[in-house]
Amino acid sequence: MAHLQKNQDVIYFSGELTARTIEDFSSELKPILKEKANASLRLDLTEIEDIDSAGVAFLDEVIVDNSTDDRSIRLINVPDDIQDSIDSFTTIDLPEEAPEARRGFYEYLDDKLRIYRKNFISLLFLVADVFYWSVVGLFRWKGQRKGSLIQQSLLIGVDALPIVVLISFLIGFILALQSAAQLRQFGANIFVADLIGIAMLREMGPIMTAIVVAGRSGSAIASEIATMVVTEEIDALQTMALNPIRFVVVPKFHAITLTMPMLTILSNLVGILGGFVIAVTYLQLSAAAFFNELLTVLFLKDVMTGLFKSVVFAWIIVIIGCYFGMQVKGGAEGVGKSTTASVVASIFFVIVADSILGLIFYFGDNI
Amino acid sequence: MNPIIEVENLTAKYGETTVLKDVNVQIFPNQITVILGKSGCGKTTLLKNIIRLYQPHSGRIKIFDQDVTFMEEKEFNQILRKIGVLFQNGALLNSLTVGENVSIPIEQHTKLHPSLIHRVVRGKLGLVELEHAIGMYPSELSGGMKKRAALARSIAMDPQILFGDEPSAGLDPITASALDRLLFKLRDHLDMTMVIVSHELASIQRIAERIIFMDDGKILFQGKLEDAKKEENPAMQKFFNP
Repeated sequence: MAHLQKNQDVIYFSGELTARTIEDFSSELKPILKEKANASLRLDLTEIEDIDSAGVAFLDEVIVDNSTDDRSIRLINVPDDIQDSIDSFTTIDLPEEAPEARRGFYEYLDDKLRIYRKNFISLLFLVADVFYWSVVGLFRWKGQRKGSLIQQSLLIGVDALPIVVLISFLIGFILALQSAAQLRQFGANIFVADLIGIAMLREMGPIMTAIVVAGRSGSAIASEIATMVVTEEIDALQTMALNPIRFVVVPKFHAITLTMPMLTILSNLVGILGGFVIAVTYLQLSAAAFFNELLTVLFLKDVMTGLFKSVVFAWIIVIIGCYFGMQVKGGAEGVGKSTTASVVASIFFVIVADSILGLIFYFGDNI
Repeated sequence: MNPIIEVENLTAKYGETTVLKDVNVQIFPNQITVILGKSGCGKTTLLKNIIRLYQPHSGRIKIFDQDVTFMEEKEFNQILRKIGVLFQNGALLNSLTVGENVSIPIEQHTKLHPSLIHRVVRGKLGLVELEHAIGMYPSELSGGMKKRAALARSIAMDPQILFGDEPSAGLDPITASALDRLLFKLRDHLDMTMVIVSHELASIQRIAERIIFMDDGKILFQGKLEDAKKEENPAMQKFFNP
């Protein structure tokens, strides 16, 4: 039970001074400290039965907050066991905490720019490393695990088949459905084949496949590498004189370069199939008319530009995943953060690359 | 002297594998009791059964004279507030600073003003000589610093019992010895009861006031370290004279 008594400049504490009773002591002590605002005070602890670290912190705060050049607050008659606790937990003798450094706008900007510059340089080094070892890896298999290309191809390519097929079908289906109503108004039903064919081959096939692979495999690459960094597996590889890029990243790079175009071709075909379903059922086109129109409008160039894009997207996904994995900081939380960041960045850069390539191919056609 | 922890006929299993067989243990207050034995003998399993991280297959566990074996979670949480646990790898939350790690239980279980909580945290970190690391993240700490930060967190609520799972494992002899001295200081100044799992002979010799020797899921010996060394049991002889 908290209890305070005052006798001139001595305040007598009694009972238990713990986290449970601090509020009582505080409410009793405040008016006394106010009343004796300029007097030096002694806190008599003879009757204190128990004290915990919160009690010690309370006494410290009373002493520090109320001591001035002209006024001192000190403890007297402290029993030995109470003194032991005070000695253990007091913060009065600890060095003062350094105030948090406040940075101005330009310092903040400068710090950020330095970080971006450093990150950009390390990304360039990583890109160079990945391409160098990927080319070397084609001719010299030493330094890579046996069967890793097949294993990674299965993980990145084959396991992604169902979701790529489903999404591509739905995209083709929706594109055709949305455009059908407009085309019908002009009696231009047949052009749905043109629209679906060009849209899927040039844009939607490669980009939807890339988004699915970024979400599935890009995140897996980032989290796998980040976990390897956190658990010092990457360091262990280096100590075994194995290049982590060559050992871990190159098989993924080869696998994704191989499987992304295949997934894209499949996505194109299934997307066209989705459009075909609408063309036949909703626009009453015959299958022959649909495919005749499709063949007249599509050129090999359309297929090739889509496949070229898919390879560029594949490289973006694997390099971004690898970069964020390698940059991980901290433990489990860091792995989560780098995985999320890698997916967001992959999708962003895939769309940026798609825009740039789209412009190049468009103006290339018209030159 | 009444035991502060009593384990009666405890049997623990992982799936079909029996890890502890009819274990009977008594822990007495204000002592450092070391549970020792070779790797895989069931030390950590015993510890984790006592603090109910694992549910025993059969038997009874009493802490502060209360049967906690099948105690309601709400009721057991009250017991847990009087217990601190120091994990083998520290188990600090990596997303929080050292100061935040220590302040979590105080913020959650008391109504103290934030300024007072900050003082308590500084006090605890000062005790383990880590007051300068209050704003650092666990990933920025060395192994020894992590252990000390974890110790500060484990005593955040001024526990009556401190459990430690191999606190000095993986530390250099100087840091390990400093950590052991710190445990003694806590025991002396705060009248804490400590239950430490260890197989590090040097550390055991420094801190053990009472030992519980385990082998193959059974208790072979409970008593003083000097008496244990005189035992003729081959497993114990081999442990003390490797």
